[in-house]
Amino acid sequence: MTAVILDRRQVLGAGAALLMGGEAAAAHDGTVHVTMEKLVFLPAEIEVKAGQTIEWINKDPFAHTATVKGGWEVMIPPGKTATRAVAAGDTVEYYCRFHPNMKGRIKVSA
Amino acid sequence: MKTRVSVLGAAWLVLAATTAMAADKPTDPQIAHIAYSAGVIDVDAAKLALSKTKNADVASFAQSMQKDHEAVNEMALALVKKLNVQPEDNPTSKALAKAAKDKRGELGKLSGAAFDKAYVANEVAFHKQVNDALATLLIPSAQNNELKGLLETGLKLFQGHQQHAEHVAAALK
Repeated sequence: MTAVILDRRQVLGAGAALLMGGEAAAAHDGTVHVTMEKLVFLPAEIEVKAGQTIEWINKDPFAHTATVKGGWEVMIPPGKTATRAVAAGDTVEYYCRFHPNMKGRIKVSA
Repeated sequence: MKTRVSVLGAAWLVLAATTAMAADKPTDPQIAHIAYSAGVIDVDAAKLALSKTKNADVASFAQSMQKDHEAVNEMALALVKKLNVQPEDNPTSKALAKAAKDKRGELGKLSGAAFDKAYVANEVAFHKQVNDALATLLIPSAQNNELKGLLETGLKLFQGHQQHAEHVAAALK
Protein backbone atom coordinates (compact mmCIF):
# COMPACT_ATOMS: atom_id res chain seq x y z
CA MET A 1 0.00 0.00 0.00
CA THR A 2 2.74 2.44 1.06
CA ALA A 3 4.75 1.46 -1.98
CA VAL A 4 1.88 2.36 -4.27
CA ILE A 5 1.49 5.80 -2.72
CA LEU A 6 5.21 6.48 -2.89
CA ASP A 7 5.29 5.37 -6.50
CA ARG A 8 2.51 7.73 -7.46
CA ARG A 9 4.15 10.67 -5.70
CA GLN A 10 7.39 10.02 -7.50
CA VAL A 11 5.66 9.87 -10.86
CA LEU A 12 4.02 13.22 -10.12
CA GLY A 13 7.38 14.62 -9.02
CA ALA A 14 8.99 13.54 -12.27
CA GLY A 15 6.13 15.11 -14.20
CA ALA A 16 6.58 18.38 -12.34
CA ALA A 17 10.30 18.35 -13.09
CA LEU A 18 9.50 17.92 -16.78
CA LEU A 19 7.02 20.80 -16.67
CA MET A 20 9.67 23.04 -15.15
CA GLY A 21 11.87 22.25 -18.10
CA GLY A 22 14.41 20.50 -15.93
CA GLU A 23 16.27 17.49 -17.19
CA ALA A 24 15.53 15.61 -13.99
CA ALA A 25 13.60 12.81 -15.63
CA ALA A 26 15.10 10.33 -13.19
CA ALA A 27 13.05 9.62 -10.13
CA HIS A 28 14.66 8.59 -6.85
CA ASP A 29 13.37 5.05 -7.05
CA GLY A 30 15.54 4.27 -10.05
CA THR A 31 12.78 4.66 -12.61
CA VAL A 32 13.44 7.04 -15.48
CA HIS A 33 10.37 8.40 -17.22
CA VAL A 34 10.07 9.20 -20.91
CA THR A 35 6.85 10.84 -22.05
CA MET A 36 5.52 10.33 -25.55
CA GLU A 37 3.34 13.24 -26.53
CA LYS A 38 2.50 14.73 -29.93
CA LEU A 39 4.89 12.26 -31.54
CA VAL A 40 7.97 13.24 -29.54
CA PHE A 41 9.99 11.32 -26.93
CA LEU A 42 10.57 13.65 -23.98
CA PRO A 43 13.33 13.80 -23.00
CA ALA A 44 14.78 12.47 -26.23
CA GLU A 45 18.04 11.53 -24.51
CA ILE A 46 18.33 9.85 -21.14
CA GLU A 47 21.26 8.68 -19.09
CA VAL A 48 20.62 5.63 -16.94
CA LYS A 49 22.40 2.95 -14.97
CA ALA A 50 22.09 -0.78 -15.58
CA GLY A 51 19.34 -2.21 -13.38
CA GLN A 52 17.26 0.97 -13.45
CA THR A 53 13.86 0.92 -15.10
CA ILE A 54 12.77 3.05 -18.03
CA GLU A 55 9.08 3.81 -18.10
CA TRP A 56 7.55 5.19 -21.27
CA ILE A 57 4.31 7.13 -20.75
CA ASN A 58 2.24 7.36 -23.94
CA LYS A 59 -0.01 10.42 -23.77
CA ASP A 60 -0.97 10.18 -27.45
CA PRO A 61 -4.11 8.49 -28.80
CA PHE A 62 -1.76 6.55 -31.11
CA ALA A 63 0.17 3.34 -30.39
CA HIS A 64 3.93 3.85 -30.19
CA THR A 65 6.95 1.61 -29.81
CA ALA A 66 10.47 2.03 -28.51
CA THR A 67 12.34 -0.06 -31.06
CA VAL A 68 16.05 -0.74 -31.38
CA LYS A 69 16.96 -1.73 -34.93
CA GLY A 70 17.96 -5.40 -34.83
CA GLY A 71 17.33 -5.44 -31.07
CA TRP A 72 14.54 -5.15 -28.52
CA GLU A 73 11.16 -3.51 -28.81
CA VAL A 74 8.73 -2.17 -26.21
CA MET A 75 5.13 -1.57 -27.29
CA ILE A 76 3.26 1.29 -25.61
CA PRO A 77 -0.49 1.34 -26.45
CA PRO A 78 -2.39 4.66 -26.60
CA GLY A 79 -2.72 6.25 -23.16
CA LYS A 80 -0.73 3.47 -21.48
CA THR A 81 2.72 2.97 -20.00
CA ALA A 82 5.34 0.26 -20.48
CA THR A 83 8.72 -0.43 -18.91
CA ARG A 84 12.10 -1.99 -19.58
CA ALA A 85 14.82 -2.93 -17.12
CA VAL A 86 18.04 -1.34 -18.32
CA ALA A 87 20.73 -3.84 -19.38
CA ALA A 88 24.45 -3.04 -19.43
CA GLY A 89 24.51 -2.98 -23.23
CA ASP A 90 21.57 -0.62 -23.59
CA THR A 91 23.46 2.40 -24.90
CA VAL A 92 21.33 2.60 -28.01
CA GLU A 93 19.39 4.79 -30.38
CA TYR A 94 15.75 3.85 -30.67
CA TYR A 95 12.73 4.92 -32.67
CA CYS A 96 9.00 4.31 -32.96
CA ARG A 97 8.37 1.58 -35.55
CA PHE A 98 4.98 3.08 -36.44
CA HIS A 99 6.32 6.65 -36.66
CA PRO A 100 10.05 6.38 -37.42
CA ASN A 101 10.44 10.18 -37.22
CA MET A 102 10.19 9.74 -33.42
CA LYS A 103 13.74 9.15 -32.18
CA GLY A 104 15.32 8.68 -28.79
CA ARG A 105 18.66 7.78 -27.27
CA ILE A 106 19.65 5.88 -24.14
CA LYS A 107 23.07 6.15 -22.59
CA VAL A 108 24.05 3.67 -19.90
CA SER A 109 26.57 5.16 -17.51
CA ALA A 110 28.80 3.16 -15.20
CA MET B 1 4.28 -2.65 -65.88
CA LYS B 2 4.28 0.25 -68.30
CA THR B 3 0.52 0.62 -67.83
CA ARG B 4 0.85 0.72 -64.06
CA VAL B 5 3.49 3.42 -64.19
CA SER B 6 1.32 5.60 -66.42
CA VAL B 7 -1.68 5.13 -64.12
CA LEU B 8 0.44 6.21 -61.16
CA GLY B 9 1.56 9.18 -63.23
CA ALA B 10 -2.04 10.13 -63.88
CA ALA B 11 -2.81 9.94 -60.16
CA TRP B 12 0.10 12.25 -59.52
CA LEU B 13 -1.26 14.78 -62.01
CA VAL B 14 -4.65 14.78 -60.28
CA LEU B 15 -3.01 15.25 -56.89
CA ALA B 16 -0.74 17.99 -58.19
CA ALA B 17 -3.80 19.74 -59.61
CA THR B 18 -5.40 19.38 -56.17
CA THR B 19 -2.79 21.61 -54.63
CA ALA B 20 -2.93 24.06 -57.53
CA MET B 21 -6.71 24.36 -57.17
CA ALA B 22 -6.26 25.25 -53.55
CA ALA B 23 -3.91 28.11 -54.39
CA ASP B 24 -6.59 30.44 -53.07
CA LYS B 25 -6.21 30.37 -49.31
CA PRO B 26 -8.69 27.88 -47.85
CA THR B 27 -10.83 28.93 -44.89
CA ASP B 28 -10.80 27.07 -41.56
CA PRO B 29 -14.06 25.17 -42.35
CA GLN B 30 -12.52 24.12 -45.69
CA ILE B 31 -9.20 23.14 -44.08
CA ALA B 32 -11.05 21.00 -41.53
CA HIS B 33 -12.93 19.28 -44.36
CA ILE B 34 -9.75 18.64 -46.40
CA ALA B 35 -7.86 17.20 -43.41
CA TYR B 36 -10.79 15.02 -42.35
CA SER B 37 -11.35 13.80 -45.94
CA ALA B 38 -7.68 12.83 -46.28
CA GLY B 39 -8.04 10.76 -43.08
CA VAL B 40 -11.17 8.99 -44.31
CA ILE B 41 -9.46 8.19 -47.63
CA ASP B 42 -6.55 6.54 -45.85
CA VAL B 43 -8.82 4.58 -43.50
CA ASP B 44 -10.71 3.24 -46.55
CA ALA B 45 -7.43 2.33 -48.25
CA ALA B 46 -6.34 0.49 -45.08
CA LYS B 47 -9.60 -1.47 -44.95
CA LEU B 48 -9.14 -2.47 -48.60
CA ALA B 49 -5.56 -3.57 -47.85
CA LEU B 50 -6.66 -5.59 -44.80
CA SER B 51 -9.23 -7.41 -46.95
CA LYS B 52 -6.67 -8.26 -49.64
CA THR B 53 -3.14 -8.61 -48.29
CA LYS B 54 -1.54 -11.77 -46.97
CA ASN B 55 1.70 -10.02 -46.06
CA ALA B 56 2.15 -9.55 -42.27
CA ASP B 57 4.12 -6.29 -42.60
CA VAL B 58 1.58 -4.78 -44.97
CA ALA B 59 -1.29 -5.86 -42.70
CA SER B 60 0.43 -4.38 -39.64
CA PHE B 61 1.05 -1.14 -41.53
CA ALA B 62 -2.59 -0.98 -42.69
CA GLN B 63 -3.85 -1.60 -39.13
CA SER B 64 -1.67 1.21 -37.90
CA MET B 65 -3.02 3.54 -40.63
CA GLN B 66 -6.61 2.67 -39.78
CA LYS B 67 -6.17 3.21 -36.03
CA ASP B 68 -4.09 6.40 -36.30
CA HIS B 69 -6.29 8.10 -38.88
CA GLU B 70 -9.45 7.18 -36.99
CA ALA B 71 -7.91 8.58 -33.79
CA VAL B 72 -6.79 11.85 -35.38
CA ASN B 73 -10.15 12.28 -37.10
CA GLU B 74 -11.86 11.82 -33.72
CA MET B 75 -9.65 14.63 -32.41
CA ALA B 76 -10.63 16.73 -35.43
CA LEU B 77 -14.35 16.09 -34.88
CA ALA B 78 -14.05 17.01 -31.20
CA LEU B 79 -12.24 20.22 -32.13
CA VAL B 80 -14.69 21.40 -34.81
CA LYS B 81 -17.52 20.70 -32.37
CA LYS B 82 -15.79 22.72 -29.66
CA LEU B 83 -15.05 25.57 -32.07
CA ASN B 84 -18.54 25.35 -33.54
CA VAL B 85 -17.04 25.09 -37.02
CA GLN B 86 -19.02 23.34 -39.75
CA PRO B 87 -16.55 21.58 -42.11
CA GLU B 88 -17.21 22.79 -45.65
CA ASP B 89 -16.83 20.71 -48.80
CA ASN B 90 -14.63 22.35 -51.43
CA PRO B 91 -12.84 21.65 -54.74
CA THR B 92 -9.72 20.29 -53.01
CA SER B 93 -11.72 17.78 -50.94
CA LYS B 94 -13.64 16.77 -54.07
CA ALA B 95 -10.45 16.30 -56.11
CA LEU B 96 -8.92 14.22 -53.28
CA ALA B 97 -12.04 12.04 -53.10
CA LYS B 98 -12.09 11.58 -56.89
CA ALA B 99 -8.39 10.63 -57.05
CA ALA B 100 -8.88 8.21 -54.15
CA LYS B 101 -11.87 6.57 -55.83
CA ASP B 102 -9.87 6.05 -59.02
CA LYS B 103 -6.97 4.64 -57.03
CA ARG B 104 -9.25 2.27 -55.10
CA GLY B 105 -10.60 0.96 -58.41
CA GLU B 106 -7.09 0.44 -59.69
CA LEU B 107 -5.89 -1.30 -56.50
CA GLY B 108 -9.04 -3.43 -56.36
CA LYS B 109 -8.01 -5.17 -59.58
CA LEU B 110 -4.64 -6.22 -58.19
CA SER B 111 -3.81 -9.08 -55.86
CA GLY B 112 -0.90 -10.70 -54.06
CA ALA B 113 2.52 -9.06 -54.25
CA ALA B 114 1.38 -6.69 -57.01
CA PHE B 115 -1.34 -5.32 -54.72
CA ASP B 116 1.02 -5.01 -51.74
CA LYS B 117 3.57 -3.04 -53.76
CA ALA B 118 0.99 -0.76 -55.37
CA TYR B 119 -0.81 -0.11 -52.05
CA VAL B 120 2.37 0.74 -50.15
CA ALA B 121 3.75 2.85 -53.03
CA ASN B 122 0.50 4.80 -53.06
CA GLU B 123 0.67 5.25 -49.27
CA VAL B 124 4.12 6.81 -49.66
CA ALA B 125 2.88 9.10 -52.46
CA PHE B 126 -0.41 10.00 -50.73
CA HIS B 127 1.21 10.89 -47.40
CA LYS B 128 3.90 12.90 -49.18
CA GLN B 129 1.22 14.84 -51.06
CA VAL B 130 -0.84 15.48 -47.92
CA ASN B 131 2.28 16.49 -45.97
CA ASP B 132 3.29 18.97 -48.66
CA ALA B 133 -0.22 20.45 -48.63
CA LEU B 134 -0.20 20.65 -44.81
CA ALA B 135 3.22 22.31 -44.63
CA THR B 136 2.87 24.78 -47.50
CA LEU B 137 -0.85 25.58 -47.54
CA LEU B 138 -3.12 24.24 -44.81
CA ILE B 139 -1.04 25.05 -41.70
CA PRO B 140 -0.01 28.54 -42.92
CA SER B 141 -3.65 29.29 -43.89
CA ALA B 142 -5.28 28.13 -40.65
CA GLN B 143 -6.59 31.06 -38.62
CA ASN B 144 -7.57 29.29 -35.40
CA ASN B 145 -4.58 28.36 -33.23
CA GLU B 146 -6.10 25.12 -31.96
CA LEU B 147 -6.82 24.01 -35.52
CA LYS B 148 -3.27 24.98 -36.49
CA GLY B 149 -1.95 22.95 -33.54
CA LEU B 150 -3.92 19.86 -34.53
CA LEU B 151 -2.71 20.18 -38.12
CA GLU B 152 0.87 20.42 -36.86
CA THR B 153 0.41 17.22 -34.83
CA GLY B 154 -1.18 15.68 -37.94
CA LEU B 155 1.84 16.65 -40.02
CA LYS B 156 4.22 14.95 -37.58
CA LEU B 157 1.96 11.87 -37.52
CA PHE B 158 1.72 11.67 -41.32
CA GLN B 159 5.46 12.27 -41.75
CA GLY B 160 5.86 9.24 -39.49
CA HIS B 161 3.42 7.30 -41.68
CA GLN B 162 5.34 8.26 -44.82
CA GLN B 163 8.58 6.96 -43.31
CA HIS B 164 6.84 3.81 -42.06
CA ALA B 165 5.46 3.24 -45.59
CA GLU B 166 8.93 3.79 -47.06
CA HIS B 167 10.35 1.16 -44.68
CA VAL B 168 7.62 -1.34 -45.65
CA ALA B 169 8.16 -0.56 -49.37
CA ALA B 170 11.90 -1.16 -49.03
CA ALA B 171 11.25 -4.53 -47.34
CA LEU B 172 8.90 -5.59 -50.18
CA LYS B 173 11.63 -5.21 -52.80
